[in-house]
Amino acid sequence: MTRLLDINDLHVTFPTEDGNVKAVDGLSLTLDAGETVAIVGESGSGKTVTSLSVLGLHNKKRTRLTGEILVHSERGVVDVVSCDDEELRKLRGSAVAMIFQDPMSSLHPYYSIGNQLSEAYRVVTKASKKDALKRCVEMLDLVGIPEPQKRVKEYPHQFSGGMRQRVMIAMAIINNPRILIADEPTTALDVTVQAQILSLLKELQREFNMGILLITHDLGVVAEVADRVNVMYAGKVVERGTVDDIYYRPLAPYTMGLLSSIPSVYGKGTGRLSAIPGQPPSLISLPEGCSFASRCSFASQVVGASCATDAPQLIEDEPGHSARCHLALADRRTAGAKFAAKGGTA
Amino acid sequence: MTPIVKVENLTKHFPIKKNALARRKAGNVKAVDGISFEIAPGETLGMVGESGCGKTTAGRTIIKLYEPTGGKIYFEGEDITEISPSAMRSYRSKMQIIFQDPFASLNPRHTIGRIIAAPFEIQNITPEGGVKRAVQTLMERVGLNPEHYNRFPHEFSGGQRQRIGIARSIALKPKFIVADEPVSALDVSIQAQIINLLDDLQTEFGMSFLFIAHDLSVVQHISDRVAVMYLGKIMEIAPTTDLYAAPHHPYTKALLSAVPVPDPQTERTRERILLHGDLPSPMNPPTGCVFNTRCWKAQDRCRIDEPELLQIGASSVACHFPE
Ligand SMILES: Nc1ncnc2c1ncn2[C@@H]1O[C@H](COP(=O)(O)OP(=O)(O)OP(=O)(O)O)[C@@H](O)[C@H]1O
Ligand SMILES: Nc1ncnc2c1ncn2[C@@H]1O[C@H](COP(=O)(O)OP(=O)(O)OP(=O)(O)O)[C@@H](O)[C@H]1O
Ligand code: SF4
Ligand code: SF4
Ligand SMILES: [Mg+2]
Ligand SMILES: [Mg+2]
Repeated sequence: MTRLLDINDLHVTFPTEDGNVKAVDGLSLTLDAGETVAIVGESGSGKTVTSLSVLGLHNKKRTRLTGEILVHSERGVVDVVSCDDEELRKLRGSAVAMIFQDPMSSLHPYYSIGNQLSEAYRVVTKASKKDALKRCVEMLDLVGIPEPQKRVKEYPHQFSGGMRQRVMIAMAIINNPRILIADEPTTALDVTVQAQILSLLKELQREFNMGILLITHDLGVVAEVADRVNVMYAGKVVERGTVDDIYYRPLAPYTMGLLSSIPSVYGKGTGRLSAIPGQPPSLISLPEGCSFASRCSFASQVVGASCATDAPQLIEDEPGHSARCHLALADRRTAGAKFAAKGGTA
Repeated sequence: MTPIVKVENLTKHFPIKKNALARRKAGNVKAVDGISFEIAPGETLGMVGESGCGKTTAGRTIIKLYEPTGGKIYFEGEDITEISPSAMRSYRSKMQIIFQDPFASLNPRHTIGRIIAAPFEIQNITPEGGVKRAVQTLMERVGLNPEHYNRFPHEFSGGQRQRIGIARSIALKPKFIVADEPVSALDVSIQAQIINLLDDLQTEFGMSFLFIAHDLSVVQHISDRVAVMYLGKIMEIAPTTDLYAAPHHPYTKALLSAVPVPDPQTERTRERILLHGDLPSPMNPPTGCVFNTRCWKAQDRCRIDEPELLQIGASSVACHFPE
């Protein structure tokens, strides 16, 4: 397997008037060619901050960044945290590319689609205008836009939401990146269009062997496309494992709560949902112990540690399957079995 | 039993002018184009469909926040289609709306005490024990700390703000609530809290809901029956279990098959119907069946005759070639 990305102990802090916002608090993950690694978690858990870090998009003056983000490119390994701007520019687009949630705000309204796509291409390849345009038409065709010869001359407002997202994907992969970061790529789209876009991403991944870092809060989307999953809560990974580990053998109480909160089309449709009480803590004054303690129904069952004062570490409980929790593994296994997804038995 | 709400062939068209000075209309957006259904006392009708299919317009027209273009609206058996805004006032206390965006729908300069008390003020009602006590009881009921009476909306999280909106909407114990995407802006763990709250309130007060959402699993969870809309029309309306277990309309089938399920094994094995193309413009909908441009079963007839809603078992389906 070809390693594409190593994030080691990433901390991202924003100093603000109210205090330091610890948006990402010691995150580590890896991404290999051809696989999709998902980051899931609630609003504000640090998903987007992580993805922007990989592209070196934070304002260096207003952000404190420590740790390593190693991008393995054709020209060797580059650490995004410590490299200079010139090197970052070379990485962006060619080695690492990103698609954002809102395709409208990332496309310029006054320039034609072809203009914007070829610009992205020419910045990296220095190709002639004519070659660039030819490449654009190929890309639009590849992402399933009908009549690409004609559409390449049109403007963003002439495209539907789903088609704009296709254009964004075309723009992201026009320079053959090895890593594609997709931050909520389908959240703004309707389900039927979402299904089209997810199937397009899977197809492109197969064809080009890209590693995809998928950021989403939708556990259905994760189940559909991810190979491995990182569950984030308040800036930390609280559980990581294969997609089956996470859905069928969850080991962190937060993951269990998340799974049981979702009403499922395949679920029973009746009965109460088991909501997680309360809300996530403020990132400015994170609790001393476990960040989930104030909402966790298992905290009282922990022996030998205090959830309120001792911060649990991310520990590999099973090969490739880690969780951050003080509760005894046997107890978590029992609890996890109760909350697990049904495994296609619907 | 008399339905709480009944609509017959309801339409709402928005005129589109070419520019502000043009007198002639450039056309109509047929946002809601001839829908009929009933909602029984204590019943929740879910309404699903893709963005722009007319869900919000339908919800607002039914409670006459928009004047209908055509058709009839009955509230507890009385025709309210034509009645004047002033006469509408006495109905207002019986019908309420919860909005999608808990951030935009609360006045940032009003305390939450004042926000929740607004319905009393508008209707000129002094509840027993005084307004403050009534508001604090409501706050407690929806899971807010009554001591936060004097705080402002920005001091609350998204889920808490949605609770404020819900407290306001139940203040007058309405018989009918339009809930327009009440949980779409919230995280799943908070969504579940709000859905449970709405469930409990319905059990306690017996009100009816029109529950609008684009999330099919949320709708399945909360609804007794579900209406599926496409380009301003109802494609299928059926009891929830029938609709999800055996969808008859091709669009319903495609919609259900597109929803990713939080279960990896199911995802690996199931077949997905991928619809081609985009939603046509509601200014210029296709002739015949409005779904014919994206339907894999479309025949010549579908491009000419508009299918009517016909009964299949407990479901009503608008399709010439139902599943
Ligand atoms: N530039 C910044 N300055 C201060 N705080 C920030 C900044 N950028 C992000 N944050 C904070 O960092 C936290 C993590 O934000 P992030 O955007 O990564 O969340 P997310 O997991 O992507 O959430 P969502 O699901 O809502 O997109 C949030 O509390 C956010 O308010
Ligand atoms: N006030 C208005 N003037 C003109 N057109 C309108 C108006 N309100 C809605 N429309 C149009 O009517 C159609 C239906 O809109 P509506 O908001 O009812 O859809 P919806 O199903 O609620 O969509 P969403 O899921 O995005 O909320 C859309 O094409 C919309 O652009
Ligand atoms: S460490 Fe304690 S509070 Fe945190 S998830 Fe485990 S049991 Fe719950
Ligand atoms: S009437 Fe024809 S086009 Fe419409 S849904 Fe049925 S088969 Fe498809
Ligand atoms: Mg984000
Ligand atoms: Mg709407």
